[in-house]
Amino acid sequence: MSALVLIELHGAEISANSRAAVTAATQLSDTVDALVLTNDAANATAVAAISGINTVKVIADSVLEHVSAGIASKLIAGVMTDYQYLVAGSATYSKNIIPVVGALLDVQPITDVCEVKSANTFVRPLYAGNIMATVETCDVTILLTVRPTEFEHAEDGGSATVEQLSVDVPESNSTFVSLQESQSERPELTTAERIVSGGRGLGSQENFALIEQLADKLDAAVGASRAAVDAGFISNDYQVGQTGKVVAPKLYMAVGISGAIQHLAGMKDSQVIVVINNDADAPMARIADLVWNTDLFGAVQELIDNA
Amino acid sequence: MKIIIPIKRVLDPYTQARVDKQTQMVDLTNAKMAMNPFCEIAVEEALKLKESGAASETIAVSIGTDKTVDTLRTALAMGIDRAIFIKTEGDLDLQPLHLGKILASIIKREEAGLVIMGKQAVDNDNNQTGQIISGLLDYSLGTFISKFSLSDDAQSVEVSREIDSGIEIRQLNLPAIVTVDLRLNEPRYASLPNIMKARSKPLETIELSSLDIDVSPRVKVISVIESGTKDRAAKQVSSAKELLEELAQMGVL
Repeated sequence: MSALVLIELHGAEISANSRAAVTAATQLSDTVDALVLTNDAANATAVAAISGINTVKVIADSVLEHVSAGIASKLIAGVMTDYQYLVAGSATYSKNIIPVVGALLDVQPITDVCEVKSANTFVRPLYAGNIMATVETCDVTILLTVRPTEFEHAEDGGSATVEQLSVDVPESNSTFVSLQESQSERPELTTAERIVSGGRGLGSQENFALIEQLADKLDAAVGASRAAVDAGFISNDYQVGQTGKVVAPKLYMAVGISGAIQHLAGMKDSQVIVVINNDADAPMARIADLVWNTDLFGAVQELIDNA
Repeated sequence: MKIIIPIKRVLDPYTQARVDKQTQMVDLTNAKMAMNPFCEIAVEEALKLKESGAASETIAVSIGTDKTVDTLRTALAMGIDRAIFIKTEGDLDLQPLHLGKILASIIKREEAGLVIMGKQAVDNDNNQTGQIISGLLDYSLGTFISKFSLSDDAQSVEVSREIDSGIEIRQLNLPAIVTVDLRLNEPRYASLPNIMKARSKPLETIELSSLDIDVSPRVKVISVIESGTKDRAAKQVSSAKELLEELAQMGVL
């Protein structure tokens, strides 16, 4: 039976989580197709180059650039008659849409799959990742979001067929108003090889700028704990943790972060964890490879000067 | 306009989940339980709308065994007008699709114009139920919201959604389902007089079996393990140079 991957686009760019979804789909089925909902059919060309995809199905309409979950789910449900699996990378895009598809198809979706055990058995986190559950579904059609940190990201190298679907886009009961995009020249948080993350210990938005300077020196992305976001040091899309982003970079440098379980849930699989803090007893240090207990402002400045 | 606020009783978020070795399930006997933190934010937002005069009535709904009543009483003590308790026989493994169907039936019965609920429960972390309700009822949906404002004509709401690429602003026609994120508001505490008053507020009990909804599990948990976090070596360093050298040696710089 074949699998359909829901591709997330940002403009013409393919989201990294979609590449992880392609990999997960190839573990489930020999035939993997992709579905692209876009304002511009030309965007499908890049998707066709992802290795492992058979056919790229494209639905193009101007409202699909900032599509509502209602419209997206109806379009997806219409396409799903030909597929057993729908796979998407875990992200706000897919988490907004996939459960609605579940409601339309009477299927219980499975969130944040970390491992494919068999055709209907998967491993997923509960309790902020403190528990890993092996779950088996009896639904005939299977809807999954997969953790982008747990699956290889499918590279380019394929040459899929592109098929444009002509379907009527249904009426929407919500209207897109605007998008305030976070502008950053730095690497994207969920795919960065290095992350410098700041917590409440930094004390102010002005001090948080030090984290940004150090990140630039190390060619790293900037992350933050929920406490730092709540204190207004930085916006929410930088949050790492249970309710923010889940990351697994080569290097995770935590500065002034105490290490609540909700934060650890988002970064514990990082390859090397460095903790810089003035609180030697903070739980963060327990999962660190390298710890520097010191005045954190001095330490960050010293790193900026020496890196 | 009536507002429905579905709420969930969960393991206290600051408590470590443990696996019972015998049952091979998460052990909740004698565990400290609390209202899901996202649900508290939903309750607060509904109360604000009531206080502003935009809502006629606020109704909290929860599903579970008798202990669930405690969580509904907490919502009533915070200021919610009345509660609906959907009573289950024993602990059922209810999944978002089941919850969605149960809640959709109550939302229709009450003719609610707005549903405000948490974006996820911090036990199963599914992040699905609000979306499923919107699919079942074909209501407009605003997920992960950090700002909310009702239009002057009370026909629509404008929400700010916290999405991966930034903040999306959307206008939702009513009736609508919104799922709330952490920065929407700061939930109030229930005062002692209000806790006393909550005891006499209306709480309706509905037997789940009377709703005629198929709640047989779609997804079965086969096994669970504590993954937690593994302690690491935690080698101490004392200068930037030393730290950078270590990182270079590890090949991560």
